[in-house]
Amino acid sequence: MNRFLLVLRHDLRLALRQASDGLTVLTFFLLAVSLFPLGVGPEPALLARIAPGILWVGALLAALLSLDRLYQSDLDDGTLDLLLTSDAALPLLALARAAAHWLTTGLPLTLLAGLLAAMLGMASDAVPPLLLGLLLGTPTLSLLGSLGAALIVGSRRAGPLIPLLILPLCVPVLIFGVAAGDLAGGAGVEFPLTVLAALLLGTLALAPWGVAAALRAAGE
Amino acid sequence: MPPAMALHSLANPARFQRLSRRILWPVAILATVLLAIGLYLGLVEAPPDYQQGQSVRIMFVHVPAAWMALMAYVVLAGCAASLLIWRHPLADVAARATAPIGAGLTFICLATGSLWGKPTWGTWWVWDARLTSMLVLLFLYVGYIALANAFDDRERGSRAAAILALAGLINLPIIKFSVDWWYTLHQPASVLRLDGPTIHSSLLVPLLVMAAGYLFYFVAVLLLRIDAGLMARKLEAMAQSGRGK
Repeated sequence: MNRFLLVLRHDLRLALRQASDGLTVLTFFLLAVSLFPLGVGPEPALLARIAPGILWVGALLAALLSLDRLYQSDLDDGTLDLLLTSDAALPLLALARAAAHWLTTGLPLTLLAGLLAAMLGMASDAVPPLLLGLLLGTPTLSLLGSLGAALIVGSRRAGPLIPLLILPLCVPVLIFGVAAGDLAGGAGVEFPLTVLAALLLGTLALAPWGVAAALRAAGE
Repeated sequence: MPPAMALHSLANPARFQRLSRRILWPVAILATVLLAIGLYLGLVEAPPDYQQGQSVRIMFVHVPAAWMALMAYVVLAGCAASLLIWRHPLADVAARATAPIGAGLTFICLATGSLWGKPTWGTWWVWDARLTSMLVLLFLYVGYIALANAFDDRERGSRAAAILALAGLINLPIIKFSVDWWYTLHQPASVLRLDGPTIHSSLLVPLLVMAAGYLFYFVAVLLLRIDAGLMARKLEAMAQSGRGK
């Protein structure tokens, strides 16, 4: 547990020192979302209806944007070898890394999404479930994303590869996340949120082991 | 010899190659014969559907492709698991051999489905649950192939791609389930379907013959590709040892 906190603190401190990286992700999110009114037209009723979809797709792409260096820098500077040879449980370290990623991307994205939901004219009673959905769904994205980042460590063409690997796996999160903010959809709020929580728990249990296996493969 | 041992002895590439070369031709001939019979039964003998007319015949190519595309993914995941657990070199060759076949079958399924959809639904593409989940399956195959070939060190690519294949296997039912659910939410069932529990035997027999044909076709192409993969590795090893001298 101590090592978990150490890795978490280390990653958070790094993120704070390089705050412009985090701001890039948020700016990308803001930009991507503001492209939609330009693309589909500024009609308020249409925007309010597709706002959950816009926000989720924007958040998904923004979260992926920050992933490609998540483990690559560890390989480049030798940290990975130290992590592999230490007696700490590798899945736990992977969990800490994913948690740090979520705290620096998923959480700010969720907060920003509240503002953007208002700008898109979403019904005010649909915003809290949407944000709760983002709060439950973005950690799953961070976990899946860290699996993708660990898989491509040391590959020739890292950048465009992660979305190709991870986006198909993110489909369920996207579907239920959007459903949580879509009150007119008739699915209620409780069901999609429960499924999002279940997806989070399942990913939380499995993804760190996948990341650990991928890192071991990378270290050999 | 207990069955597990027999399986393990097959993991010896040379022994596998001897056996697979012996059964390749019978399997290939069987596949050809079954596909020929199935196509004849499906395209000539089977009656046209009273609603869909002649276009129902596309089903005989389309449905078995969908079945085999899913089965190929299970084969891929099985090879991936045995690569990660036992590190059989043969499992890696088999997994890499399976992925393009599976992607091809998925593509056939999507393409024929689209051709069928145009006259039947009046559109090339519907964001229907099955179409969408098959599309995601195609992306999973493409992701596997891309990841397996993304490394200078082949071994590394194989293991990373194997982990991805297993993650995909866990996710596939979840994706299928979520997409099904999404479909019922946004589009009420307005699409006529053939695959109810009641399918007439004049359609079922050709369908099953075609499915068997596809299965043997898959096995034949897989054996051929594994054989080619093993020979390519041998060649590589020879080239490397030649360079070493």
